[in-house]
Amino acid sequence: MKILVCISNVPDTTTKVAFIENETKFNTSGVQYIINPYDELALTKALEITEKVGGTVTVIHVGTAESEASIRKALAIGANDAVRINAAANDASFVADQIAHYAANQNFDLIFTGRESIDYNGGMVCGLLAAKLKLPSVQVITSIEIDGNTAIMDRDIDGGKEKVSCPLPMVVSAQKELTEPRIPNMRGIMAARTKPLQVIEPTASNQLTAVLSYQLPPAKGSCKMVEASNAKELIRLLHEEAKVI
Amino acid sequence: MSVIVFAENSEGLFKKSSLEAVFYAHELGKLVQQKCIAISIGQVNEEQLKLLATYGADQVFTFDQAETSTFNSELYSELLANTAQNCNAKQVVFANTYSGKLIAPRVAGILNAAMASNVISLPTLENGFVVKRTVFSGKAIANVELKSDIKVISIAPNTFTITAVNKGAEIEKMQSTVSLEIAKTKSLELSKQAGKIALTEAELVVSAGRGMKGPEHWGMVEQLADLLGAATACSKPVSDMHWRPHSEHVGQTGITIKPNLYIAIGISGAIQHLAGVSSSKVIVAINKDPEAPFFKAADYGIVGDAFEVLPQLIEAAKSIQA
Repeated sequence: MKILVCISNVPDTTTKVAFIENETKFNTSGVQYIINPYDELALTKALEITEKVGGTVTVIHVGTAESEASIRKALAIGANDAVRINAAANDASFVADQIAHYAANQNFDLIFTGRESIDYNGGMVCGLLAAKLKLPSVQVITSIEIDGNTAIMDRDIDGGKEKVSCPLPMVVSAQKELTEPRIPNMRGIMAARTKPLQVIEPTASNQLTAVLSYQLPPAKGSCKMVEASNAKELIRLLHEEAKVI
Repeated sequence: MSVIVFAENSEGLFKKSSLEAVFYAHELGKLVQQKCIAISIGQVNEEQLKLLATYGADQVFTFDQAETSTFNSELYSELLANTAQNCNAKQVVFANTYSGKLIAPRVAGILNAAMASNVISLPTLENGFVVKRTVFSGKAIANVELKSDIKVISIAPNTFTITAVNKGAEIEKMQSTVSLEIAKTKSLELSKQAGKIALTEAELVVSAGRGMKGPEHWGMVEQLADLLGAATACSKPVSDMHWRPHSEHVGQTGITIKPNLYIAIGISGAIQHLAGVSSSKVIVAINKDPEAPFFKAADYGIVGDAFEVLPQLIEAAKSIQA
């Protein structure tokens, strides 16, 4: 089983979101970067699969040298090798083009992405990549079992779950329930230093989108307090004042 | 040139999110001066199809053959991309539901189109085609330019208020020419909780956290939700401790929701949790700690113990129903 896991590098979840340069750029000053949590689950699941049925796990990242700490962490968690496409990741289509170009001749059985990145929340790379590689895709999976040449998965749907099967090769995106993240041990961290990390220059591709500016959502007004002993007043306010129930 | 919109049905009925997408496509059509074509795939009766015209479709295409009646991402994506090409569509609109999330990027990939998800505005056209979308799980909004000839837009549910336009569109029966061979994913089993409101589409949400002290106390939360017609949700620690299923976890690493009303009981309001719910129209925080950060993000607040407050809310909700 040859598995590719796409990882992105995102601000830690506790980051205070602020913008600079006339609200056109995210303020990265003092921001701690981590592997996107959904991608980390994807990586862990990929390792669980290869531990069971054999095979290798390669991680791929589209980004500048600043993301190498996250790539090394992925290697420490257990990936066999890593590839970094040396280009800033500003557009989902561009990122999918880069990964598709790399994966096209590598015969991966399974390609994982996370459900979405927790910064831009696009949730598009899985589907774009699958379309570009002409492969089937199943998103937001909460379980996956490999049975010969077929994957059996549960995926979230609106108001429930669906169990689906799909022949390999395919592209999937990881949802939270898929597995628990794995903390790298000392041996893994030491081994990561010498595992192969290949840096590849990007292939020609257009950026189809551009963020022109950011804004913060409108601030909330003051909070109207209701006494705990008179909590039923809240229901009246919601019914008559806010008119939401 | 045209705007096309995928109107997804659930067991033959159009969901509110689909009608929102149709209405959005209609408004977009007015803006770019192109007609709005709604596409339905699967078996849907005429009365339902007419709803699509009611909410703004100039034309309604229905692919109602048995072989396309079960949702399949490869098949539906190909069919929609083909239809977009046949209609010379310049904009393709989806609702950002789980199905929309699955097929919209595939359609964008096939058409080599720029795509924006979680869109919360109509475009402005003065400096290119620019839409607003939420980023950082609702902590910020980005103005994104879509630069390709064809654009794919997936709109955030519960964002656009729909009003009937009452167009008398004709309903045109279409025949899919997509080979069924491309459908690789097979559905084995569907499990939907009957009578339960899908959290992503719920207009009212009652959510609870560690303040409930244990899963055995969730009966009160569910009772209040039932009385209000609300969905239930929970905080991350609660789903991590398996008090509640992961599918109920809202927040930055769970799901992002924007209901009309979000009631948070015994949730302190960590930044990651607020990220997932801060776009809700009205927020109520109930917490015994007066310093809980949630009160800064809330419209209404009660400083008090969940076990004292909830029974009163349940009684009051009953009297409103009566």
